[in-house]
Amino acid sequence: MAQLWELSLIMIQITALIIPVLLTVALMTVAERKIIGKMQLRQGPNRVGLNGWLQPIADVLKLIMKEAVLPSSASKGLFIVAPLLSIMPALAAWAVLPVAEGWVIADVNAGLLYVLAMASLGVYGVIVAGWASNSKYALLGAMRAGAQVVSYEIAMGFALVGVLMAAGSLNISAIVEAQAGPIWNWFWLPLLPLFLVYWISGVAETNRLPFDVAEGESEIVAGFHVEYSGIAFAIFFLAEYANMVLISGLAAIMFLGGWYSPVHGLPLIGPALAWVPGVIWFGLKTSFFLFCYIWFRGTFPRYRYDQIMRLGWKVLIPVTVVWLIVESVFVITGFGPWF
Amino acid sequence: MIQLTIFYIFAAVLLVAATVVITSRNPVYSALFLVLCFFTSSALWLLAEAEFLGIALVLVYVGAVMVLFLFVVMMLDINLAPMREGFARYLPVGLGVGAVMVAEMALVVGSSSAEFAEGAIASTVVEGGDSNNVRLLGNVIYTKYVFQFEVAAVVLLVAIIAAIMLTLRRRGGTKHQEVAEQVAVHKADRLRLVRDPRGKHDNQ
Repeated sequence: MAQLWELSLIMIQITALIIPVLLTVALMTVAERKIIGKMQLRQGPNRVGLNGWLQPIADVLKLIMKEAVLPSSASKGLFIVAPLLSIMPALAAWAVLPVAEGWVIADVNAGLLYVLAMASLGVYGVIVAGWASNSKYALLGAMRAGAQVVSYEIAMGFALVGVLMAAGSLNISAIVEAQAGPIWNWFWLPLLPLFLVYWISGVAETNRLPFDVAEGESEIVAGFHVEYSGIAFAIFFLAEYANMVLISGLAAIMFLGGWYSPVHGLPLIGPALAWVPGVIWFGLKTSFFLFCYIWFRGTFPRYRYDQIMRLGWKVLIPVTVVWLIVESVFVITGFGPWF
Repeated sequence: MIQLTIFYIFAAVLLVAATVVITSRNPVYSALFLVLCFFTSSALWLLAEAEFLGIALVLVYVGAVMVLFLFVVMMLDINLAPMREGFARYLPVGLGVGAVMVAEMALVVGSSSAEFAEGAIASTVVEGGDSNNVRLLGNVIYTKYVFQFEVAAVVLLVAIIAAIMLTLRRRGGTKHQEVAEQVAVHKADRLRLVRDPRGKHDNQ
């Protein structure tokens, strides 16, 4: 009985975390179109609900009503499983992310490794979808996405190695607590090169502009999900945005002090803002990165494929290796307030 | 009770998936079921509280190695008929290797399991009840077994260099990008502004 109660408690916790994440995804889709619209001197969606903010509900309804076409020469089982493979890791990684002090479902010791493992699983959805569709464009998109994600995972992993060296722990709550203090105590400052590498790799990992050759509308139509329609397409779309929210949340936790306020621990202003709950600060930091995603999409042209590979292997990975050596010197000498 | 149920579910999935890996006719399905095998065995390790090993298995094998496997298998057009021809001929060798592996596992699991359990408990007690798996493993690898660890690292390095050397071939006549020249280019090198010989358009 006690175990049943424990299980249902975990279920409630999962629901309480997943629903806000999915709401963020829904808001993100409409915010993206509104912000891009403003950048291009258009209105963006403004008909459904108050000023267009209920647009995602209309979209979801439309996608559910549509027929999910199953191509006759596709591998049926894998074709259906692929969208699930891409949404599952994006949501599962949230299990170890603390959104506020103590607000975490599983406070495991190897949390950072778990997040990296889940992030590396996302590529299966794309590869399986591309292969199961039995279509040239889909396979090309899957190949591009696979190569890109595997390459940038290394740079991202190295950047996070820097974080765990600075915090001295793989536990994500401990990583946030190691950054306790005002804005200059957070890891973005001593690990600035790693922070930039992480952020660039994060954009590449989610296959977003300017690294969206996996979908590349002008070259391979829609890449790996060209054969998908209806609710299956909606799940791919959901997974892409859930991954963006995840990468942004991770950036807030690893480099921007998670739930701490920017004035934490300062005299006068620190206690004055102490009433703001940690989850608000976490949400604000995550939203900043989400806005950057849209901002990049609105301003940068798409990279050429060979340039993406060169940037990943010949620029980002060497930068992380060099900075890891510099950081080891910091750690040994106990440099600044961080180490 | 719940842990035991979870264990049996994952163990059953693992056995079924492992069987499908060797019986499936389609190599892509085989590779994907191998992924499922790794995933479920990682879950079993997590149940045994070997969290570092479990997650590292997913990170390294599922996240990196199997993706490359899948790439290769998807690109190749493998015809299975000729590969099945030698089955009867190689069967005795396969059975021999299988028997050796079963015997090894029986020795490890059967006779000395008590020693293993005692050793694990002892090392946990040494750390003062600290169950931080990663810390325990790191302390042992970088002190007691540092020599073996470094040798393994050197073997890996040799394997990387050998793999690159085996596939590296220099062909003449290939076209490739000169990155330094692309980066160093100036507007003056590529762009020439000319006056329109027809004079000014009057399209106001």
